[in-house]
Amino acid sequence: MRNSSIFFLSILSEAVLLGLLLTHASFSEAPQSDTLEHKASLVKNLRLTDLCLFTEARYTRHLSQADLNTAFQDHPLSLEHFPSGSFTQPNLENKAP
Amino acid sequence: MIELINVRKVFNAGSPSEFSAINGVNLLIHENKVTVLKGPSGSGKTTLLSIVGCMSRPSAGRVKLHNREITSLPERFLTDIRRKTFGFIFQQPNLIKGISVLENVMLPAYPLGEKRAHLKVKAMSGLAGLNLTHKAASKVEWLSGGEAQRVSIVRALINDPSIIIADEPTAHLDTTLSYRFMEIVEQFKAQGKTVIITSHDPLVYDSAIVDDVVNLRDGKLEGRPT
Amino acid sequence: MNPWIEKQRYIIDFTISSLLRRKVKNIGLLALYTLIVFILASTMFFTYSIKKEAKLILQGSPEIVVQKIVAGRHDLFPVSYIDEIKAIRGVADVESRLWGYYYDSLVQANYTVMTPSRVVDTSQSNARTTVVVDPNDLHAADVNKPLYDYDGAAPEAGSIVIGNGVARMREIGTGDYMPFMSHDGQIMNLKIAGRLSSESELVSSDLILVNGTDFRKLFGIDDKYVTDVIVTVKNPSEVSMVASKIKKKLHSSRPIIREEILRTYDSIFNWRGGMMIVIFSAAVLAFVIFAWDKASGLSAGERREIGILKAVGWETSDVIQMKFWEGAMVSLTAFFSGVILAYIHVFFTGSAVFEPALKGWSALYPNFALTPFVNAEQLTTLFFLTVVPYTVATIVPIWRAATIDPDTAMRHTGE
Repeated sequence: MRNSSIFFLSILSEAVLLGLLLTHASFSEAPQSDTLEHKASLVKNLRLTDLCLFTEARYTRHLSQADLNTAFQDHPLSLEHFPSGSFTQPNLENKAP
Repeated sequence: MIELINVRKVFNAGSPSEFSAINGVNLLIHENKVTVLKGPSGSGKTTLLSIVGCMSRPSAGRVKLHNREITSLPERFLTDIRRKTFGFIFQQPNLIKGISVLENVMLPAYPLGEKRAHLKVKAMSGLAGLNLTHKAASKVEWLSGGEAQRVSIVRALINDPSIIIADEPTAHLDTTLSYRFMEIVEQFKAQGKTVIITSHDPLVYDSAIVDDVVNLRDGKLEGRPT
Repeated sequence: MNPWIEKQRYIIDFTISSLLRRKVKNIGLLALYTLIVFILASTMFFTYSIKKEAKLILQGSPEIVVQKIVAGRHDLFPVSYIDEIKAIRGVADVESRLWGYYYDSLVQANYTVMTPSRVVDTSQSNARTTVVVDPNDLHAADVNKPLYDYDGAAPEAGSIVIGNGVARMREIGTGDYMPFMSHDGQIMNLKIAGRLSSESELVSSDLILVNGTDFRKLFGIDDKYVTDVIVTVKNPSEVSMVASKIKKKLHSSRPIIREEILRTYDSIFNWRGGMMIVIFSAAVLAFVIFAWDKASGLSAGERREIGILKAVGWETSDVIQMKFWEGAMVSLTAFFSGVILAYIHVFFTGSAVFEPALKGWSALYPNFALTPFVNAEQLTTLFFLTVVPYTVATIVPIWRAATIDPDTAMRHTGE
């Protein structure tokens, strides 16, 4: 088979595959919405404020409840212990004065 | 036929190393004839050949192809004419390594966008004409010197040109292969093509097949009526 | 049009043959390029999905949470403050919360211990059990009721409901006993009455729901205090106002409004975040190195080849088209492969590659399957930021070589 045919075929099949995956994304919205609802109702019922992503320390576990000071508890210069601190920020700019 | 009127070619114009390769050349190449440009190295043979073959433009003078002035045509048109009219055979086969013989042969025709099946047939018949059918799928690195030269000849013919230009074609061939080459030239002539060869090989310019010998020395023609 | 298409096909044929001549180098290039796209696309998919999901799920979080701050730290909240807050105009209700952290030295994990209050959301998802129930339990018939209908509030004294992550870490389930070390050194053995669903791990993985009395006994918290309170507001548009009133009235308080909670999760994984910058910079740097290598000129062999092509009748534009296809082919293949792999990586394998970084130093990490949310804009941007520069970088160095005079090409070609 010609080289160019191989190329076109492979690109086409990749494009099709990508299309299928993206369709999967939009189709899984329906079944996933049930799970989302379930999580949302749990949040409501348990009065949760945060996602359970980083369980290393309290200020990483409850990001929205932590304040700027919490991270500096051990030493003013102890900027960040945990890897998760490098991609999350504590809740800044409290709108209430 | 090709006509050169008062053609001059200067290299490195303006710099201290400026020199003129050919100076005031007037030449008429006749159709369906075999013409040899003969002269020592440095005489400007290759330069003259490339001007004749529309590979480069003269610094001064005019060039006519089939009575049509082509000196100042834009590159686009010049390339088009060159592709359709001329077939080049170089000193070295200059084949592209790592791809097959067949692909090398079809290469010049790619920009023209012919149907592949058709092109392949032309290529195979060209190879057949020079006894190279069995090598069609081989990589060019595996060819012998003579085979490589023949492949480059088939490549030169792929677009069915009416004028064949060969620059020192026998420089790297032994005697047998050189004679074989001249036989191929004879075939070209029989097919109605025009052939222009540069060579300082007596085997070439003394051959009976040759119709006209042009002597070149220091960029000027020798012993020709102007 | 046809000869043009045919011509492009020829050029692609030749370009592929050309690339195949240096298989190892070009396959390595393709693999590296694909890897870069893979990392960038994975990061994109992951952060976008999690942010979107957080936004949806956390809509139900409390309107205002009020903490008490002492010496810059979150302190216990006196119950006496509750009436003061209730007296503020605009406040609909004030509810106390009891929650805290428990460190389990056995598995070195932190759990969030909390006492649930009364149920608010009575809507149920279709055919969904919130809790996996012990089959020997008397209340087995309650299996389809939401969790708290056991007695309207928390688990009975002496029993707990644990999150799926806890169950996994300690390899325990309903019916087992889990020992806790209370504040005074006593061991409290609590029976596991149920387990929260695995689908909800993203919010509930480390939770331990405990009865209020048990909570106070475990942590030694007097009845006079609670952890914090949540305030519901009569008029939702007045939330900030009420929050500022609370702050004015109780100077040591810190109100946190829902908007801030949502904003926290909107900025999570922001590009500015350290690790994101590292990933992004590394990817960009690698890419620049590539493109630079491509753009910094041709080898003698490539020059010779272009010379031959010009000599046999290819125009400058033909040579440039060839180089364009070379860049485009590698780019397109790398882009598609990278994105497809990234999608599978994030949504089918739960971001397995990122897990060590995300897990960090935590022992307990939730198993969660992200809902696939894809941002077309981001994908398109990624496309233009990778495919276009690379293709251009491939063409640029050719410019000079491609414009070579065929005559010069003819002279200089040759071994």
